[in-house]
Amino acid sequence: MARYLVRRLAQMVPVFLGATFLIFVMVYALGDPVTALFGDRGPDPATAAALRAEFHLDEPVWRQYVLYMGQIFSGDFGTAFNGEPVTDLMGRAFPISFRLMVIALVLEMILGIALGVVTGLRRGRSLDTSVLMLTLGVIAVPTFVLGTTAQYLFGVRLGWVSPAVSPDPTVRELLLPGLILSLVSLAYVTRLTRTSVAENARADYIRTAVAKGLPRRRVTVRHLLRNSLIPVVTYLGADIGTLMAGAIVTERIFNIQGVGFQLYQGVLRQNSATVVGFVVVLVLIFLLANLFVDILYAVLDPRIRYA
Amino acid sequence: MLGTTRRNRGLAGALVLAAAVAGPACGGGYGSGEGPDGVVRASWGDPQHPLEPANTNEVQGGKVLDMIFRGLKRYNPETGRAEDAMAESITTTDQRNFTVTIKDGWTFSDGTPVTARSYVDAWNYGAHVDNAQVASYFFQFIDGYDEVHPSEEGDKPTADTLGGLRLVDDRTFTVRLSEPFSLWPDTLGYAAYAPLPRSFFEDHDAWLAKPVGNGPYRIDSYRKNQSMRLVRHEDYAGADRARNKGVELRVYTDSNTAYTDLQAGNLDLVDDVPAAQLANAQRDLGDRYLNQPAGIIQAVAFPLYHDDWRGEDGAKLRRGLSMAIDREAITNRIYHDTRTPASDYTSPVLGAEGGWQKGLCGEVCEYHPDRASELIEEAGGLPGGRVTLTSNVDTGSHRQWMDAVCNSINNALDDTDACTVEPVPTFADFRNRVGDRKMTGMFRSGWQMDYPLIQNFLQPIYYTDASSNDSGYRSDEFDEAVDRANASADEAGAVRAFQDAQGVLVRDLPAIPLWYQNGTAGHSERVSDVRLNPFSVPVFTDIRVS
Repeated sequence: MARYLVRRLAQMVPVFLGATFLIFVMVYALGDPVTALFGDRGPDPATAAALRAEFHLDEPVWRQYVLYMGQIFSGDFGTAFNGEPVTDLMGRAFPISFRLMVIALVLEMILGIALGVVTGLRRGRSLDTSVLMLTLGVIAVPTFVLGTTAQYLFGVRLGWVSPAVSPDPTVRELLLPGLILSLVSLAYVTRLTRTSVAENARADYIRTAVAKGLPRRRVTVRHLLRNSLIPVVTYLGADIGTLMAGAIVTERIFNIQGVGFQLYQGVLRQNSATVVGFVVVLVLIFLLANLFVDILYAVLDPRIRYA
Repeated sequence: MLGTTRRNRGLAGALVLAAAVAGPACGGGYGSGEGPDGVVRASWGDPQHPLEPANTNEVQGGKVLDMIFRGLKRYNPETGRAEDAMAESITTTDQRNFTVTIKDGWTFSDGTPVTARSYVDAWNYGAHVDNAQVASYFFQFIDGYDEVHPSEEGDKPTADTLGGLRLVDDRTFTVRLSEPFSLWPDTLGYAAYAPLPRSFFEDHDAWLAKPVGNGPYRIDSYRKNQSMRLVRHEDYAGADRARNKGVELRVYTDSNTAYTDLQAGNLDLVDDVPAAQLANAQRDLGDRYLNQPAGIIQAVAFPLYHDDWRGEDGAKLRRGLSMAIDREAITNRIYHDTRTPASDYTSPVLGAEGGWQKGLCGEVCEYHPDRASELIEEAGGLPGGRVTLTSNVDTGSHRQWMDAVCNSINNALDDTDACTVEPVPTFADFRNRVGDRKMTGMFRSGWQMDYPLIQNFLQPIYYTDASSNDSGYRSDEFDEAVDRANASADEAGAVRAFQDAQGVLVRDLPAIPLWYQNGTAGHSERVSDVRLNPFSVPVFTDIRVS
């Protein structure tokens, strides 16, 4: 197990370098960001040159990348165009997005798996059909539409929640955005669990368990669910990163100043320090979440061993 | 046995998750319908640059600077005329050497007095190339600017301070311009000319974290990207004292969310009604919806450096294209009358007295499809049979009007392929292409005024080799009229000469005016006396909170 961990961690290094370099080149390829800082007015060359020097934009791309990586390893993620260190931006944005992600993840785990098990055990019944229809609807309607509708309904019409969340959002404030964010994944988790449960319900070991006279509850939770969760866990693991990075739409609707917002603004202003800095952390989160999922397989299914 | 330990582990995991979710429990009351007593809650956008006076060129940072600083002049929010704020007098005999005397008794909100030195130091800082201030071009009129801010990339400055600035005593300094500029005192209302306290130079980082100025408000707390609380500056010496206790600016990442928050009663003032809501705003808000002229004009420019657009035929083509655009229909249907069809190169906020000439452009800026196709035919047709319209499409709903303009041209010419839109993904990319002179067809040319003077709408955009002359227009006649205006001894004479210059533009048509842009805002029932100044920034000091 230890050897496996070390190998997996070592594999992360090239993935990490490759991913950051690609992002760096992509942001770089968007062109020179300095002119846009002057608005509709043509920039004066001397000030533009001074700004380019400040952000190392006058160096060739490979040197910029080397300089940047050097800075990162000494804990300096560079400066955004508004003069703030990117680490400050991250220090604010990541906790918020993390909270939102956890809420969404908990919602989709609890609701998704519960719905999946119930429908999987009652295939073809009316409950199964209606949940299936619902998930189809959720997947088909864009998050943007669901989000703004829910915001208007609960925020303006009913006045139950505030339409925009505060800079330090509490859990209560994040419940609605979290639900909106999780809806699509929730639908997928439901469908994945349902299929998996439905398949495994016919397996030999379930028949054995039932024949042994085990209580129904124990058969479902300990035997059926545990074996059915592997695909779901894979999906959830990958979803951690997606929920954090992909919350741009939800974050914009509810005015949450998280990772999605900073990335969006960074791309608009072509600020490579912001974009690459955030993506670096996101890449790390993705890699670690995947590692965690792989280890979790062994816990769920003792037949899987790592050497 | 094994089962229990597993379950316990699961429970521990759940607790960790719950703790992470709970997070800090502060920040309550933010979203409540009742705002803090006497404080205006307004929407805000994240400023692009650090909040230094000479480093701010966009409206969100400008909004704050307007509250925390007062310079020598202030633009009257109603008429747009420059009026003395901190200036007691600005005198000249030759339109080139000015003596500035400031009023006594003004203080920064940290208690230190505002002196002539506060101005001289601030201007020297703003002009110097090493400080890389994006608005340093404001100081280009002052003698010695080239020494502290060489125009060529890579050149080193040869002086530390502007040679044209001289401190006389605590309340007086003199300014020598590099050439006569009669309206120069009227430019001094712009935020870049604000005075700065010593703390700006002594502890720059601390100052940036919480800027200190001499305006009607002082900053109580500033959380970058999130919010700023401003409270009334009690020792403010100016005439425009705040009529409310303070302002809370909240950053919204999307103006639609701000609008929704206004409807829910969580916000008092939204100063940019989102395009999607314009159709409903009148109905939702009634007389709490504001739609007033602002100093912004949108035009379509042409690459006059390109052979296709030169000469007599080029001028005919431009005239034809201008007459093929149905401005009335576009401003009405797409913008719900938050734009007005333009008929000159300036803006209604100047007023007739300030040089705005309604209808100057005549039938050229009106929709005459038949005449349009005639003109284009006479000029030998569009270059290559077609023309493109280029702009960035990431902001400002540019895509919609560009499609409408092209449709209008195509309808007039009865050719579905005559005009095509060429969208550029980001503003930065668009500005780079324009700056590198890579345009081949029509491109968007927007102008937001720096100060309400006719000079600002003409000289920076159309004077030979001016900083924003993106189309490469050059006309000796135009330049001569501008020079004459700047040397004029009285304001009326200067305006008349600028109007002569504008006459040259209307004849040559280097760009076609599209529409004057309005500022929009909406406010809650909690506040009253809300209005926008000519820069489409709310006049916060006038707002009353019930």
